[in-house]
Amino acid sequence: MAEKVRLIDLKNISKEYNNTLVLENINLYIRENEFVTLLGPSGCGKTTTLRIIGGFEHPSEGVVLFEGKDITHLPPYKRKVNTIFQKYALFPHLNVQDNIAFGQRIAKVPAAEIKKRVEKMLELVDLRGYGKRRVEQLSGGQQQRVAIARALINEPQVLLLDEPLGALDLKLRKDMQLELKRMQQTLGITFLYVTHDQEEALTMSDTVVVMNNGKILQIGTPKDVYDEPVNSFVADFIGESNIYPGMMLEDKLVRFAGYDFPCVDKGFGHNQPVDIVIRPEDISIVDKDAGQITGTVESVLFKGVHYEMMIGVGELKFKIHSTVMQEPGSRVGLEIIPFNIHIMRPMPAVDEGTDG
Amino acid sequence: MSGDSVSVWMIIGIAVIVLGFAALVFLSVRRSHGFKRSFFASPYTLWMILFTIVPVLLISYYAFTDSSGALTLDNFRNFWDSNYTVNQLYSKMGPEYEVLITRGYVNINILVYSLWMALLCTAICLVFGYPAAYFMADRKLKYGAIIVVLFIIPMWMNFLLRTIAWMSILEDSGLINTVFRLLGLPQAQLMYNNTAVLLGMIYNFLPFMVFPIYTSLSKMDNRLLEAAQDLGANPTRTFWTVTAPLSLPGVVSGITMVFMPSVTTFFIPRILGGGNTMMFGDLIENRFLFQGNWNLGSALSLVMMALILLSLGILRRADPKSEGSGIV
Repeated sequence: MAEKVRLIDLKNISKEYNNTLVLENINLYIRENEFVTLLGPSGCGKTTTLRIIGGFEHPSEGVVLFEGKDITHLPPYKRKVNTIFQKYALFPHLNVQDNIAFGQRIAKVPAAEIKKRVEKMLELVDLRGYGKRRVEQLSGGQQQRVAIARALINEPQVLLLDEPLGALDLKLRKDMQLELKRMQQTLGITFLYVTHDQEEALTMSDTVVVMNNGKILQIGTPKDVYDEPVNSFVADFIGESNIYPGMMLEDKLVRFAGYDFPCVDKGFGHNQPVDIVIRPEDISIVDKDAGQITGTVESVLFKGVHYEMMIGVGELKFKIHSTVMQEPGSRVGLEIIPFNIHIMRPMPAVDEGTDG
Repeated sequence: MSGDSVSVWMIIGIAVIVLGFAALVFLSVRRSHGFKRSFFASPYTLWMILFTIVPVLLISYYAFTDSSGALTLDNFRNFWDSNYTVNQLYSKMGPEYEVLITRGYVNINILVYSLWMALLCTAICLVFGYPAAYFMADRKLKYGAIIVVLFIIPMWMNFLLRTIAWMSILEDSGLINTVFRLLGLPQAQLMYNNTAVLLGMIYNFLPFMVFPIYTSLSKMDNRLLEAAQDLGANPTRTFWTVTAPLSLPGVVSGITMVFMPSVTTFFIPRILGGGNTMMFGDLIENRFLFQGNWNLGSALSLVMMALILLSLGILRRADPKSEGSGIV
C-alpha cells in the first residue's frame, strides 16, 4: 500500500478515571481510507480510545491530531467524525428518515437537498421505502443500517464504529461485515472499528491494533498479527493457539515437549527461555512412528468443518484441528514444520491478561 | 335538604355492592375450583365502586334533580346565570318586574378566575420546575440525590400545615414584615391578594411538576445526547432537538398533575386570600356546606369534572402512549 496521509494521530494518550489508568501512553496513527480495528477484551481501553477521538472523553495526557491540527479539547459537534454507537442510539421520537436527516438539518442543508440525500442513503443501506417507519418497528439489523445511514449522510472523513454488530445474530453479523467493508471501499471513508471479536477484526481490517490493559500490544495487518503475534496474549486472543514454555537452544533450534524442533527464528541467543505458539491447524497428524513426537488422542470434538482433538504428549496437551478423525485412545505421531513454530519472548508477569 | 334520602340511597348502594361482590366471589370460586387471579383485584374493585362510582352517580343524581327529587336542568341554568332562580320569580311576577332581570355572572366569573389561576400556576410551575428537574437530573451533579430529597421533604408535611405556614411568613406580623421593620423598610401587604394565593398554589404544586419531568430526564439514554452532538448539534440544539421532545411525556404528566389540583383548589384562597378571592373549589364547598344547596353544588362539580376530562383529552394527544407516568 502506498504511504497515505495521516488523518488522525494519537500522541502519548493516557487516561485516568478515579486514579485508575485506563489508557497508558497510546500512540497510534490512522491513515486516509484505512480500515483500522481496535481489538481486545472488554475493559482493555478500546472504547475509551474511540471516545477520545469522537470527543466524548478527554485524555488526561497527550494530544489528538486531526489532519495535523490539535483537536484534543474540541467538542464532538465540531469534529469531522461521526460515530455509530453500540446499540445504535437512534432517536426514538423521530422516524427513520428524520433520524437520517438529523445531521443535515443541524448543518442547515436546504430541505429539498436533504430529501434527495436521505433517499440516496436509504438506497445505500437497502432500506428504500422505510423512511416513514418508526425506529422501534425495525429489526436489529435494520436499526443498524439506519445508524449507518445517519452517520454516512454527513460524509464524515472518519467513521467511528463502537462494536456495531455486537447485538446481531451470527448470520446477520457476517452479512453486515461484508456490507460495511464494501461501503468503506466504495465511499472511501476511513473506518475506525472497535470489536472484541477477533474473526471480525481479521476479516474486515487493513490494520489491526491489539490492546490489553490500556496498552497497545501490537499493530499490524491481520496476517501479521495472526502469523507473527508479538506475545502469547496476542497469540491467544487472535485465534486458537497452543502456547508452551520452551528453550531457545540456538538460532533455528528450539526445545519443548522433550524434543528439539528446527524452526526459522533466530537472534534470541543461546539457551534463552521463550514462549512457543503453534496454531491448532499447523500440526499434522502422522503414523505413530513417523512423527517428531508421539502422543495419545484424549478427546475428539466435531466442530463442523473440522475435528478438534486434544492429544496428550507427556504433561503437555496439543489442540489440533484436522478434517480426519482419529480414534480416542489411539497413539499418533505429530509433525510440525519449522515455519509454523512461532517463538516469542515471554511476557512479563504483570502483563498477564487479568481484566475481564 | 333531605338528609334522609341520602342515607337511604347510601344504604341501597352499599347493599347492592356487597351483594354483587359476594356473587362475584361465589361465581369465581365455583367456576375455577379455587381463587381466580382476578379475585385479588376485588378489594380494589370494591373500593372503586364505593368511593368513585357511587359518589359520581350520586352527584349526577343531585345535579339533574331539584330539591323535591324531580328531574330538571335548572341547576345547570343556575350555573350559567347565577340569578336564574330569582329571574324566574321576576318573570312570573309580571312585566313590570322584567327590568329587574339581569344575568348573574358569579359562577362563570369564579370559573374563569379559577381557570386563569390554574393556568398561571401551571405555567409558572413549568418555568421553574423544568430547569430544577434538569438540574437535578444532571449525572455529573455530585449531590443530586440530596437535592431530590430536599424537594421531597416538604411533601411529607400536611398540605394544610404547609399552607398555614405561609401565613406566618406573609402576614403583617410575619417573617418578611418583621425583617422589613428591622431594616426600616415600609410594611408590605403581602396577604389577602391574588399573588399570595398564587404563591401558595405554586408552593404546594411545584413538586408535582418537578418529579415527572425529573423522572423522564433521568431515565433518558445519555448516548442519545452524545449521538446528537456527534451529528453536529451544539448543546443548545441538542436540548431542543433531543432532550425537550424526549422529556415531553414528563412535561405533559407534570402539567396534568399541577393543573388538575390547581383548578380544583380550595382552602388556599380562604387562608392566603382571606376570603377576598374565591376559586371554583371554594364555590362548590360553599354551595354544599354553607348554602346547603346539594343540587347546585353537584351541578358545579359535574361542570368541573367535564372540564378536567376535556383537558385530559387534550393533554393525551401530546403523550399518546402515556409514557409520562400513565396519569393522563
